Amino acid sequence: MMAGDPRLLLQSAPFLRRGITTPRLMTEVIIGMGPVILAAVYFFGISAIFVMLATTAGAAGAEWLLGPARPRGRTLKDGSAILTGIVLALCLPPGFPLWMAFLGGAAGICLGKLAFGGLGQNMFNPALVGRAFLQAAFPGAITTWSAQGDIGGFFTVRASNFAAPFMQATPDAVATATPLGLMKFEHQTTPLTDLLLGNTAGSLGETCAIVILLCGVVMAVRRAFDWRIPAAILLSVTVFSTVVWAFNTEKFPAPWAMLTSGGLLFGAVYMATDPVTSPVTPRGAWAFGAGIGVIVVLIRLWGGLPEGVMYAILLMNAATPLIERVTQPRPFGRGAIEHE
Amino acid sequence: MTPEKMYDEFTKGIWKENPVFVQVLGMCPTLAVTNSAVNAVAMGAATAFVLIGSCFLVSALRKYIPKQVRITTYIVIIATFVTIADMVLEALVPAVHKELGAFIALIVVNCIILGRQEAFAGRNPPLPAVLDAAGMSVGFFIALMCLGSTREILGSGSIFGVPLFGPSYEPWVIMVLPPGGFLVLGGILLLFNWVKQRKLARRAGASA
Repeated sequence: MMAGDPRLLLQSAPFLRRGITTPRLMTEVIIGMGPVILAAVYFFGISAIFVMLATTAGAAGAEWLLGPARPRGRTLKDGSAILTGIVLALCLPPGFPLWMAFLGGAAGICLGKLAFGGLGQNMFNPALVGRAFLQAAFPGAITTWSAQGDIGGFFTVRASNFAAPFMQATPDAVATATPLGLMKFEHQTTPLTDLLLGNTAGSLGETCAIVILLCGVVMAVRRAFDWRIPAAILLSVTVFSTVVWAFNTEKFPAPWAMLTSGGLLFGAVYMATDPVTSPVTPRGAWAFGAGIGVIVVLIRLWGGLPEGVMYAILLMNAATPLIERVTQPRPFGRGAIEHE
Repeated sequence: MTPEKMYDEFTKGIWKENPVFVQVLGMCPTLAVTNSAVNAVAMGAATAFVLIGSCFLVSALRKYIPKQVRITTYIVIIATFVTIADMVLEALVPAVHKELGAFIALIVVNCIILGRQEAFAGRNPPLPAVLDAAGMSVGFFIALMCLGSTREILGSGSIFGVPLFGPSYEPWVIMVLPPGGFLVLGGILLLFNWVKQRKLARRAGASA
């Protein structure tokens, strides 16, 4: 915009604008994530802060070192690397060794974002690429869930966090299973109140369903993301898992347990809604979310892993260009005459 | 043929026209069998034997091979050497041979080998053809070793089966799996192009 007060403003479309920029959107999302971060710190103590710092340092360091130079670190200012780091930390287990967390943040930015040309060019959600890398590289460490009450107090640090670089974590904490692991391998159900309040083992940010839901609603109202995507995910998971559950209530988990356990809510609110890797068309958003929901239920019920939100979102990220092409709206006035 | 020219024919395959890092040929063995340094050495040696042997034979017979059936003839010659390499490896190092599996037989369709026959050995006398093949073999061997040792060090914490970091090393499982091959190759290509660009920029700066 030019300085001063132009009498007649001549410009091309778009004429309607929201005064929103990339750094503002990123800040909005980080603030919207605040309660989830606080919940993570509340439930898992100071370890949560260390893991978040490690992933963010890895992500920001990679962005600084390998991102566009001249001036170095220019792209750090939009906050997207920091957001990637925090999101990645929130889907890691609390006792995760910090050197692995650092590596995951760096891998997410390098392989998930910079390799494609930086912010806006990436095909996959960088935080999830980082997590997928960690899952493939360190399958043992990423599925070692320490229970919430296994440490003395808030400031007691889990020893496995401070494993020396390239070395294994000392298995001191009593590892437990997540609600999804219990459901899949031991056929136990976790009480719904525990799932809602976050009183379970799991990744840092995913345990407390109520906080995530509230944050999601607030962010949707503030239009920080497209509300259709999480709505479609939750809807399709509800429908699909209810149908399956109705067939055999003994064998399959109940739909409310499906909705509130694991990373489903966190993924639906904070990861699937990444504006770069999800479709822009409204119909596309519905299709995208529905696809994620179906894949999540398929992996959870019939796959080898207890949790499938990460792969579901990554797979639908890959399908996003196709969805956008199929659901492209008809330009106004086009197509009417051709039918005559 | 002057010694300088011979030297050039030999060294071009190592750096300037490296079959993996510059021509990006032979990706199948490069990605598939480099999950340990031993496998990389075995594959590099087998490929070198086939490449040098077939280049010599093709070059010696180049005046007798009809142009219309040259590809077929090259393949028959290459396959002969591959069969020899396959049997020798099976007799000498059965464990490695088992590990490499079908990839020994697949040397027949390695683009590097057929590419050298078509581009060089089929139109040059035996001595430069062998030198060219030897240079390419060394380049390919170096590339395989770079990938194989990086992947073994990160993925198993050892080199040639000798543990480097003691028992508490946390292996990066992804590095010995197929994605690790792509990641390491991508990283090395990135490094290679970065070095090359810097070299070009410095040369441009010096001449300006």
